[in-house]
Amino acid sequence: MSISSLEKTGEKPGAGRLASAKSRILGKNPQQRSKLIFCYAMLTPILLLFFYIRIYPIMRTFIISFFNWDYTRRVHPFIGIANYQAMLTDSRFIDALRNTAVFSVATVLLSIILALPLSIVLAGKIRLAPIYQAIFFIPFITPMVPMAVAWKWIYDAKYGILNYVLSLFHISPVGWLVYPETALWAIILMSVWKVIGYNMVLFLVGIKNIPATYYEAAELDGGGSWNLFRYITFPLLRPILLFVLVTSTINAFNVFTQVYVMTLGSQSAPGSAVRVLVFDIYSNGFQFRKMGYASAEAVFLTIVVLLLTVVQFKFFRTEEG
Amino acid sequence: MNSSATQRMVASPFRRRLQQISGSVTRHTILLLGSVIMLIPFAWMLATSFKPPTEVLTWPPEFIPRNPTWQNYFKVMETIPVMRFFFNSLVISIISTLSVLVTSLMAGYVFAKFRFPGRDVLFIIILATAIVPFEGYMLPFYLQMISIKWINTYQGIIAPYAIMSFGIFLMRQHISSAIPDEFIDAARIDGASEWAIFQRIIIPLSTSALGALGIFAFIQAWGAFIWPLLIASDQNIFNMELGLTAFQFKFSVDYGPLMAGSVLNVLPMIIVFFILRRRIIESIALSGLRG
Repeated sequence: MSISSLEKTGEKPGAGRLASAKSRILGKNPQQRSKLIFCYAMLTPILLLFFYIRIYPIMRTFIISFFNWDYTRRVHPFIGIANYQAMLTDSRFIDALRNTAVFSVATVLLSIILALPLSIVLAGKIRLAPIYQAIFFIPFITPMVPMAVAWKWIYDAKYGILNYVLSLFHISPVGWLVYPETALWAIILMSVWKVIGYNMVLFLVGIKNIPATYYEAAELDGGGSWNLFRYITFPLLRPILLFVLVTSTINAFNVFTQVYVMTLGSQSAPGSAVRVLVFDIYSNGFQFRKMGYASAEAVFLTIVVLLLTVVQFKFFRTEEG
Repeated sequence: MNSSATQRMVASPFRRRLQQISGSVTRHTILLLGSVIMLIPFAWMLATSFKPPTEVLTWPPEFIPRNPTWQNYFKVMETIPVMRFFFNSLVISIISTLSVLVTSLMAGYVFAKFRFPGRDVLFIIILATAIVPFEGYMLPFYLQMISIKWINTYQGIIAPYAIMSFGIFLMRQHISSAIPDEFIDAARIDGASEWAIFQRIIIPLSTSALGALGIFAFIQAWGAFIWPLLIASDQNIFNMELGLTAFQFKFSVDYGPLMAGSVLNVLPMIIVFFILRRRIIESIALSGLRG
């Protein structure tokens, strides 16, 4: 019921409610009123824009996933959960899901496991630390496409330097990006290289925030460096570890650019050697115009990401307690 | 005090020094090795970009070009409008960064310092949508862009980057912790209007946080790929990333020009990084850790 319709009825309780609603929305005195007007004036355009570029498309993805939606046609028949059913038996979707899961777990774990010792070494008093830090950070700051192209050249089956280095150890050349299994790991390696510096910098901030007195006390008690890590660094770094774990898993699940650039070339097969979820969404939605089906996949992706976030928070909370 | 600590305290200074040196040698070895691995892709890219075609495909590969040449760079410049792509990337990144800064500051301030009905619900909604990946709702967003005829336009590419939920969160955190209420109330008592308070108190006291957010937003917009790939088919509005991808399809295995294109693509970011190195690392660590 709108305010104007309340006004017209002129009933006493309605009028009372109107007055309270008015004072709640517009404020009791002039100063409060100007404050609230300012609030709404600032927020309204932002919220409208926010609705248009976030809320509405998120809701619409969910809705479209129940339709057979080809955007070049006028009619979009409702088909219930058929898209979801088709998805679960689609071998390409299953393939994409498996690849994405392997990619995420491997990339996240490797990049954390490698970044942690590096940041511990850098946190100690060491000369040239800022320079090392910058070098490790450069890959993170550079755009993905050119670096993916460069790695493609490194992985080249005939003339790539990776195969050259391996040939020094008498390992015969491998077509890294040609076969699905090696291609997936080649992309994982490249992606770890790309994010390691970011994780390192975050860990470094965390380690430097740990008071030095903790370490001094532990050293007096005769703790070795492993024990220092086990009982001081690791527990106190937990919030940052959680943050890195959550954000890098989310990012990893949305992997697309490096896969697209490294496995789709004019020389490779029409399909991609490595199918990942976002690529599947992209190709179903835009190449095959199966928007409904692709939306079902997108909903699935979103739910997986949300679940992962919740699980990771739960996991770390309980261990803390 | 237990025995090992006592032992350490009586250990001769010479032995301690020796331990320190060997420790620092291993540490430097680890770091150096890591740095080399980090830099190899860049070095290999740069080296290849200066090689004539006959030297690119050789076995065993040689690192330093024997007859360095600029020809790969000329070839890139002839084939694709590099400067145009660079300009497009710049336009897209600057406008979306400005938009993120303005909207984050305004919304962050309101959420931090005002009480109004629905505030907490709205804020929670904004935070919750931050977790939903863009790839999860890009399809309907594309349909929206079709219906308002923004396909193949700058505004269409910029649209999804106009607001950053995380930026609103970051500015709210900053303003509520760094700007005391007393400042704002004192200005009100002095008769300053709400807009004047925003302009003269909030903006000047938020510059450091805005700088950090700006760097973060700019880097994100600069590397944008999947959305431009969907919405832009007209070469004239390609950003650097799309331009290089299109170039890659043209020169699939012609690695000389490809590497030259990649160098041109990476160069602006690397130059900026070396100028603002400390500030960039701090900003990214900061914006990461507040989240």
